[in-house]
Amino acid sequence: MNLQLVIRSRLFVGLAQVCFFLFLLVNLGPLAFAQDEPVPTQLVDSTPLNPPTNIEVADTPNDAGGSITIRWTEPIPPEGTAIKGYYILRAEAVGNEQGQFDVVGETSTGSSELLDGNVVDTLNYYYRVAVIYSATGVNGLEVEALAESGISRMVSSSAQWFDWRRINVFVGVIFLCGFILYYISRAKAGKKLFIRKIAGLEAVDEAVGRATEMGKKIYFIPGTQDMDNVQTIAGVTILGRVAEVAATYDTYLEVPVSRSLVLVTAKEIVKEAYSKVGRPDAFHEDQVHYLTDDQFGYAAGIDGMVVREKPATIFFMGAFYAESLILAETGNSIGAIQIAGTAMPSQLPFFVAACDYTLIGEELFAASAYLAREPKLLGSLKGQDVGKAIILFSIVIGVLLETFGVWRFSSLFGVLD
Amino acid sequence: MEHVALWVAAFLTLGIISFLYKDNPWYKLCEAIFVGISAGYWFIVLFWDNIVGKFWVGVFPPKELNDVGELVNSVEPDYWLIVGAVLGVLMLMRLIPNIGWISRWPLAFIIGCTSGLYLINYFSSNMMRQVQGTIMPLLGMNYELSTYDIIGNIIIVIGTFTGLIYFYFSKEHKGWFGRAAKVGIWTIMITFGASFGYTVMSRMSLLIGRVDFLFGDWLGLIN
Repeated sequence: MNLQLVIRSRLFVGLAQVCFFLFLLVNLGPLAFAQDEPVPTQLVDSTPLNPPTNIEVADTPNDAGGSITIRWTEPIPPEGTAIKGYYILRAEAVGNEQGQFDVVGETSTGSSELLDGNVVDTLNYYYRVAVIYSATGVNGLEVEALAESGISRMVSSSAQWFDWRRINVFVGVIFLCGFILYYISRAKAGKKLFIRKIAGLEAVDEAVGRATEMGKKIYFIPGTQDMDNVQTIAGVTILGRVAEVAATYDTYLEVPVSRSLVLVTAKEIVKEAYSKVGRPDAFHEDQVHYLTDDQFGYAAGIDGMVVREKPATIFFMGAFYAESLILAETGNSIGAIQIAGTAMPSQLPFFVAACDYTLIGEELFAASAYLAREPKLLGSLKGQDVGKAIILFSIVIGVLLETFGVWRFSSLFGVLD
Repeated sequence: MEHVALWVAAFLTLGIISFLYKDNPWYKLCEAIFVGISAGYWFIVLFWDNIVGKFWVGVFPPKELNDVGELVNSVEPDYWLIVGAVLGVLMLMRLIPNIGWISRWPLAFIIGCTSGLYLINYFSSNMMRQVQGTIMPLLGMNYELSTYDIIGNIIIVIGTFTGLIYFYFSKEHKGWFGRAAKVGIWTIMITFGASFGYTVMSRMSLLIGRVDFLFGDWLGLIN
C-alpha cells in the first residue's frame, strides 16, 4: 500500500513537472532557458512576459554630475514565475540613434530605482530595464528568462550648483556669519564686548615672566599637523601673542615645528610679533626651526631638547595625537610650567593630567580673540556665542517637543551626506 | 643581513627606552638617527608622492598606444595642478629677501581655503549632527523607552547642555549659570577620565609590541 502511494506520488510530481515545463514552453515560448550562457546575453523578445513599464530617466538631482537615476514600474509576474531582479542596460546616443545596449547595473527584486553613477556629463544616453524571471523547471532546476522594457527617452547628467537637501546648513551658516559680522561691526564701532576670563590664558604672561626671571627659554610646540588644520591655525595665532610678550621681556622663544608650511607661517608670525613690539633685531631665523614630519621622531627630538635645555615654560597649542603625553610628561619631569591647548578629545585628558593649564576645545579658538582683543576676533567670538545660545534654546525646545511627541524637532538639524 | 637588522632594531629600541632612566649618549644617538632618518624619509616620500606622483604624472601623463597604434596620453592631463605648482614656487620666494613677501600669497590662499572649507564641514558634523543627536525624548510616554534609555537620554541632554554653557564666553560663570557650567566641566572631566583609561590601555598594546619584539624576535625567549 505504502509502495503504491510512493509510486503514485512520484508519478504525480513527475507529471506536474512535465506539465509545468510544457506550460513554460508554450506560454513563455520565445524565452531562452539555456543555463550555460550568461543571462545578460539572452535578451530575447519577451512578449508573453510582462516587462517593466513607465521607464523614467532623469539627471540625479542635488549632485555634482556624473549620475542618472532610472525608475520603473515593476511588472506582475505570470503564475509559476518569480521576479529575481533587474538588469539596467545603457546605450550611448549616436546622433538620434542609440548605440549598443550594455548592462550597467543590477538590482534585486522589489527595487524600482537605480542610480547609474558611471556616466559622463557631456554624453547622452538611452536606457532599458530587463526583468529577470525565474521558475523551477524539470528536475527541480531553476530556469531564468528576461523581459526587456522599451527604450527610455534620451537623457544626460549634469552638476547642480546647490544641494537643496542641505539647505538647513546653508541657512545656519548664513545666520552664524550674520551674527559674526554684526558683532564685528559693533566692536569696530568701539562698543565694549565682554569675554569672561579664561584661566589658561591669564597664565600666559605669568609663564613668560617666569622664564624671564629664570633666564631660561620658552618652547612653543604648534602640534604635529599642517596648516590645513584649524587647530594649527589657532595655535600659531596664539604664538603671535606669546612671541610679543617674549620679545617685550627679551626672553628667548624657540619653536620647533614638524611641517614645512607651519615653519613658514610660524616664522612670519614670530618675526612680525618682534617687529610689532619694536624688537626686530632680537628675532633670529633659527628660533623657528624644522625637526621632522614624523610624529614620533618629532616627539623624540623635542624630548631630547627639553631635557637638555630645560626650558622654564612650554606651550603646546595645536593638534596633537599619541605624542601628547610623551611631550607633556617630559616637560612636567623637568618642572617647566606648561600651558596646553587642543581640540583633540582623545589627547585632552593627557594634557589635563600633565600640564598646569589646559585650553579645552573651543577655548583654544577663543584664545586668540581673548589675547589679541582685536575687533574682528572679538566680534567673531561674540557671534559664535549667539550661535551657542540659539543651540541651547533649540535643545530645550526640541527635547520638550520630542518628549511630548508634538514634533520631531531634531529633523531640522539632519544633514545628508 | 636579517640578523643585523634585528640587532640594529633592538639597539635602537633599547636606546629610546633608556630615556626612561635619564638623558644619555645612547638616547642622543638614537634620537639623532630617528629624527635625521625620518626627516630624510619624509622628504623622499613627499617628493615622489606629490611632485612626481601627483603633479608631474597629472600634468604629463604617461603615453600609451591606442587601437590604431598612435601614442596618446593614458589619462587626460589635469592642468589645474599647475596652479598648485605655481603657489608652491611662490612659497620659495622667501629665499630671495627682496621678493620674500610674495611667499605670503600661497600661505593666505591655504589658510583662507582651509578655513572656508572647514567652516561647512564643522558646522555640519560638530554642530548640526551633535544637536540632532542631543534632541531626544526624556520620557517614555510616546516612545518605547526602557528605564536605561531614559537615564541615558537625560545624561546626554544635561551633559551636552551644561557642557555647552561652559564654552559660552560672553557671560561670567556666576550664579545658576556658573553652577550649570560647573556641571558641564564635571561632565567633561568624567569623559576625559574614561578616555584616559581607554587610551592608556591602547598605549599598553604599543609597549607590549616592543617587549614582544625584544623578548621574542630578538632574544627568542617568547615563542
